[in-house]
Amino acid sequence: MEQIPILKIGDCLLVSIQVDMHDRMALALQDDLTNKIVTSRARGVMIDISALEIVDSFIGRMLNNIAAMSRVLDAVTVVVGMRPAVAITLVELGLALTGVRTALNVDRGLALIRKIIDEQDGAGVLDEYREN
Amino acid sequence: MNIEKTETLNIRSGEDIVRVRQNVRTKALAIGLSLVDQTRIITAASEIARNTLDYGGGGTVQVDIVSVSVRKGLRLIFNDTGPGIPDIARALEDGYTSGGGMGLGLSGAKRLCSEFDIRSEVGKGTTVTLIRWK
Ligand SMILES: Nc1ncnc2c1ncn2[C@@H]1O[C@H](COP(=O)(O)OP(=O)(O)O)[C@@H](O)[C@H]1O
Ligand SMILES: [Mg+2]
Repeated sequence: MEQIPILKIGDCLLVSIQVDMHDRMALALQDDLTNKIVTSRARGVMIDISALEIVDSFIGRMLNNIAAMSRVLDAVTVVVGMRPAVAITLVELGLALTGVRTALNVDRGLALIRKIIDEQDGAGVLDEYREN
Repeated sequence: MNIEKTETLNIRSGEDIVRVRQNVRTKALAIGLSLVDQTRIITAASEIARNTLDYGGGGTVQVDIVSVSVRKGLRLIFNDTGPGIPDIARALEDGYTSGGGMGLGLSGAKRLCSEFDIRSEVGKGTTVTLIRWK
């Protein structure tokens, strides 16, 4: 198992990181996601890290990069399920997840993505047109 | 300080860094570190293991369960025979990187441990010691 699966649900991409990734795997995920945002024309990306026991500066940078690249590609990234011990440790490490939106769980993450997309689109009147 | 258990692991690949994290996790659990302290020491270990690989050209980590009277701790000694660090004070600054990283590995690991020590000699190598006491 060397590749993290990326699922597409509606206009969102969903990634659930279930393994302790080595660095090359994290870089591959970053590239895969960026490509997939373009090819699938996704508007939202949700990254579920509830299974991750730690987030170090390498993974933190990956999350920052994914958020920055998705912004350029007109998609919003939300990271969900960060464990409290991970959040505490990230702050002490000195790592700010600048520009990374977070939500408690998958449901709230999806709701947050919808809300941001709707705001960007002016209450979603253009949604039907985008589909075509 | 007594060494109750010791084990040395190689750090030669990205997969080895994952193995170091897992080894440290098992031992942190074994001595009963709190969940947050486990997370702190595993994160610090991950940072320093990556430095050992990326900057030190690979090396080893000695993972020790140590004790002083009834108090237990986890001690990690990372060692490489790489290029060494010319200016340690600078390397310890938040945000300093010579390699396009985030520059938080050394400074962050120091904050995440109970004790932190770094020794480095240019042309000889680098040794970083981390201890997290229970
Ligand atoms: N084992 C090592 N051997 C040589 N240089 C090192 C070693 N560890 C750290 N350094 C130096 O210290 C700098 C800061 O390290 P760190 O705080 O982990 O940040 P980063 O890894 O993001 O560069 C590195 O960029 C490197 O120049
Ligand atoms: Mg580093």
